[in-house]
Amino acid sequence: MTITDPTVNNGVNVDALLGARDALSATPEAAEFTWRASCTWRNGTHSHSTVSGFTGLGGEQQHRITYEYDVDHPECFASEDNGATPVEFVLVGLVGCLTAGVAAVAQYRGIQLRSVTAAIEGQMNVLGILGADPDIRNGFEAVTVRFTIDADASRDELEALIAQSQKRSAVFDVVTNPTKVLVELA
Amino acid sequence: MIQTTAVIIGAGHAGLAMSRRLTERSIDHIVLERGEVANSWRTERWPSLRLLTPNWQTRLPGHAYGGDDPDGFMTAADVASTLTRYARFISAPVRAEATVQSVRVAPGGFQLRAGDDLFCARVVVVATGACNLPAIPAVAEGVPASVTTLSPLSYRDPDHLPDGEVLIVGASATGVQLATEIRRSGRPVTLSAGEHVRLPRSYRGRDIFWWLEATGLLAERYDQVDDLIRARHLPSPQLTGAPGGTFSDLNSLVTQGIRIVGRLGRIADGIAQFSGSLANICALADLKMNRFLTRADEFATASGLDRDLPPPHRFAPTRVDPRAPLQIDLTTGEITTVLWATGFRPDHSWLDIPVRDRTGRLHHDGGVVPGTPGLYVLGLPVLRTRASTYIHGATADTEALADHLQCFLSQRR
Repeated sequence: MTITDPTVNNGVNVDALLGARDALSATPEAAEFTWRASCTWRNGTHSHSTVSGFTGLGGEQQHRITYEYDVDHPECFASEDNGATPVEFVLVGLVGCLTAGVAAVAQYRGIQLRSVTAAIEGQMNVLGILGADPDIRNGFEAVTVRFTIDADASRDELEALIAQSQKRSAVFDVVTNPTKVLVELA
Repeated sequence: MIQTTAVIIGAGHAGLAMSRRLTERSIDHIVLERGEVANSWRTERWPSLRLLTPNWQTRLPGHAYGGDDPDGFMTAADVASTLTRYARFISAPVRAEATVQSVRVAPGGFQLRAGDDLFCARVVVVATGACNLPAIPAVAEGVPASVTTLSPLSYRDPDHLPDGEVLIVGASATGVQLATEIRRSGRPVTLSAGEHVRLPRSYRGRDIFWWLEATGLLAERYDQVDDLIRARHLPSPQLTGAPGGTFSDLNSLVTQGIRIVGRLGRIADGIAQFSGSLANICALADLKMNRFLTRADEFATASGLDRDLPPPHRFAPTRVDPRAPLQIDLTTGEITTVLWATGFRPDHSWLDIPVRDRTGRLHHDGGVVPGTPGLYVLGLPVLRTRASTYIHGATADTEALADHLQCFLSQRR
């Protein structure tokens, strides 16, 4: 049972996603995914990470190609700026997740998108990571995302679109909720 | 061994309504009740609790509210006395103080054990309710031992709480009602709000349950709702049957001096951590409320009611305090009680029949349990329609299931 409008095309295969929801509810083991990345230190604050395989649907899966990322810090932190900073990768992950959600929810709700852009900002006081003030946390004090959407929809419908996108976003959940993290020596 | 055609387990509103349906159909049956009629309303509800639904809506098969306050809301004690009168009125064959310990499939139907008595029946209707056990999340394990924890089933009134601040987890009807009652006792209260349903008590001069019924929303069938899992797990709306203003929402709690924080995510080393998603949770609730008010306005126009009603309007959005804390230390002694208003779940552990899914929930198709012919369930949220969640929903649900049950019995003869 789908109510997708065949004339709306945001490039999201909603029928496949709904089919996956039904299929994975029937075989819950296949719904268990493990996402992975591996990282190699280069020099200074510069590291190189790759993403290629992940586990899910009951087996090992591969991306079409291996994706590579240089991670570093800017020159004003006495680094060489060989890549985006780790916190910027977090912003990229969050806004990418929310934008994918906007497209998927719009497709499901029969809203044709013409353009979607988003500006994301994370406010941080670096005295926290520098250990200069114990009352200041290391992470973001706040994150703001501002979407600009051109679509055949009312403002209320667009508000509902971004609200639902947050509700179903993995990275929004990761950023807004505590997560157990274990870091150990191999 | 006591032989009967049907056993109904539970003499609450659903079990009694089914008894009436079976009597109408001359189907011989017994209603087994662990305590007295309406036991949970007598013993497992806090005394100040009132129904969310108005008196006029509290209908059962062959029964309509006949009192002088149709727009009022029954207390738990009122519900208990109403159901006691109803049981007498329909001559329900109730066996009180008969706790069913097991139900198993036996030749020709089912065998039930209640104390020293064995019952043999061709059909069994489970009407033991949706709120037998508090649904307390796993994070509760992290609450320090120095803090008292309560569920709405064990809560009575503020006088029974330790002195100090209370953290209420959950923003359903239960959470907002208890927050107000406890705050009124003078204690500081913090409420942790996850996904919630915001509705005004009344809109354009009519009770919200009038609108929910008139627009057809409550009549939406379980096999037609867009997302059944979500519909069945929706928190109860932020309403109260107690006298008060238009809203029992988060804004009204803030006005009473109650602090609102996000959804409780984890308690690590005695520190409760709350989600930063509160703004979106509130935006979702506002959007959902406004979608329903739009549906109500469209219904009023289409039904020609606009002349008789005050004009449509919208309410101010939920205000979210940007300074709401993301964590609270539970070890300082300031918070002395955590109250888990995180919902309830039914207890079907005494069913010795493999009918539960991997999450422990009884698997059913509109109250008919597939794979176990002759087994039925009643009184669960959105069992057959959205009205099934409320007392009057049993009227249509028992009609449909009694028809199914009768058809099943006639096929077996």
